[in-house]
Amino acid sequence: MSENAYVPFLSEIKEVIKHTAVEYTFRMAYEGEVKPGQFFEVSIPKFGEAPISVSGIGDGTVDLTIRRVGRVTNEVFEHYAGDKLFLRGPYGNGFDLDNYKNKELVVIAGGTGLSPVKGIVDYFAANPGEKKGMTLVAGFKTPNDILFVEEFARWKKAMDVILTVDCAEGDTSCQIGLVTQYIPQIHIEQVEEAVAVVVGPPMMMKFTVAGLLERGFKEENIWISQERKMCCGLGKCGHCKIQDRYVCLDGPVFCYTEGKNLID
Amino acid sequence: MGYQLNVQGFNALLSELSQEYLIYAPKCYPGGNTFSDTDCIRYGEIRRAEEIVFDRKSDYSFKEVLFPVSETLFYFTEEHVKEGDCPRKKGAVIFLRSCDLHGVKNLDEMFGGNGPSDYYYQRLRENVKFVLMGCSAAFENCFCVDMGSNVSEDYDFSVDKKDDFYYLDCKDKEIGEIISGLPHGEMEVCPEHVTQTKVQVRIPENLDASVAKSTMWDEYDNRCIACGRCNFVCPTCTCFTMQDLFYTDNGKAGERRRVWASCMVDGYTDVAGGGSYRKKNGERMRFKVLHKVLDYKQRNGHHMCVGCGRCDDICPEYISFSNCINKLEKAMEEVSGNE
Repeated sequence: MSENAYVPFLSEIKEVIKHTAVEYTFRMAYEGEVKPGQFFEVSIPKFGEAPISVSGIGDGTVDLTIRRVGRVTNEVFEHYAGDKLFLRGPYGNGFDLDNYKNKELVVIAGGTGLSPVKGIVDYFAANPGEKKGMTLVAGFKTPNDILFVEEFARWKKAMDVILTVDCAEGDTSCQIGLVTQYIPQIHIEQVEEAVAVVVGPPMMMKFTVAGLLERGFKEENIWISQERKMCCGLGKCGHCKIQDRYVCLDGPVFCYTEGKNLID
Repeated sequence: MGYQLNVQGFNALLSELSQEYLIYAPKCYPGGNTFSDTDCIRYGEIRRAEEIVFDRKSDYSFKEVLFPVSETLFYFTEEHVKEGDCPRKKGAVIFLRSCDLHGVKNLDEMFGGNGPSDYYYQRLRENVKFVLMGCSAAFENCFCVDMGSNVSEDYDFSVDKKDDFYYLDCKDKEIGEIISGLPHGEMEVCPEHVTQTKVQVRIPENLDASVAKSTMWDEYDNRCIACGRCNFVCPTCTCFTMQDLFYTDNGKAGERRRVWASCMVDGYTDVAGGGSYRKKNGERMRFKVLHKVLDYKQRNGHHMCVGCGRCDDICPEYISFSNCINKLEKAMEEVSGNE
């Protein structure tokens, strides 16, 4: 008999880190192996389930950065205090860090897209000897939307960081402009060997990848992460299917050579 | 081993089987169809041979026996979760035609493979016997021959009804023993199957995902009303959506269900924050059609569509799936610029 993978387990909320009015990181109790870019199905009885990507991996914890944007996440924000959440997972392939070790790495994230790649950034910030060179480009709408503010200070010590916002009124602490316009100025020694990870809204990913290709990156050296509706995370419900791929099983991380051809 | 049984003998067999199994077969629900005074043929529990409809195609497939329209996965009570009981306590005997028996293979692949095995499917799939109902002629809109699903070998026993007799080919040892204990005749029996259908389809060999860019899908933007009936009658559609519901008298207790979903219906791809994919009905038609005759094969080595033609039978807009398949060849020429 197969195992019942649909029944969630209760996980204690260890800590809540508030980034913006609508984006909090919930540090959840979890023992087990997790990779950056994987996701959990977070559920609240009565409201349903939502796939949330892992934004940090700690000792006995996983971080889930949740944006208050729908029915389930709304409820998470309303009633989390000192509480627990139902979880199941982790699901998806996640990022394979071996693809990026000892290489020049560029990570470009738009908005909440920083969550799934944060595990990669954290890893190389903590293990600087395992990379050749690294640049993080993170874009947000306004200075008020910036996630992981405290982390940026730490990351800046270990890598080049370009933090940019689409627009800012009177604020000069970060650069202004879309992430794409910073691609030409990223420092890279050997672009044909360099690797890149791009995660964000569909349009941002499209133009960022185009910019990287123009810069000379090879398609097989670029990875993206997709977001789709998912009801199961187990390859069964069908909602996340794109052509012959299931985002929950074969993704959410796709090498661009594979991801570029997928038509919804 | 082949047998001939009369009605009494066949009923005795059913009665014997019903000790251990619930028996499901296409049966007639008078007045139960969409239009007034029309009967609906769909699956239900039967006890007697006379209840089985042999002379018509069932409007809906057998799949709800293994994959219920709505199934409680578990119950919530405050911080506790209790798994829902299996909706069926006994094994099942399912009467179905060759196309549908090929459909079972697809369900097994989707729920048994494609990620971890599905617990809820497996518990309904255990202890199931399949009875192949022979087809002496193709029904309207059938195209099983072209989909290679007109012949089946993996049945427990087959049944062909001619005049007042039932002709069985039995492969299951246990059932064979039951039949041997009943008054019967023995003879060579080969279940009837169709070798030609009026509707024929041709899936172009060079078919690939680039056909998505063809203009052939545009007509469905307006013709299709995104009702999803084609998905619900299909023996191979397996999509579902999770649904939480709570009991109104006590807001602390409730259940999570999975219910059939349709890739043609609004909301199927909606993500939190307002995003959605395939807004046009033509795009949804393309997604469904290519899953049935392209994507599934790339993943599993054979087509998903079994050619039962129920989607054509049910469509309120008279959209023909087989006709759509036959447009693919021209569409491939269009997108590869050879026209």
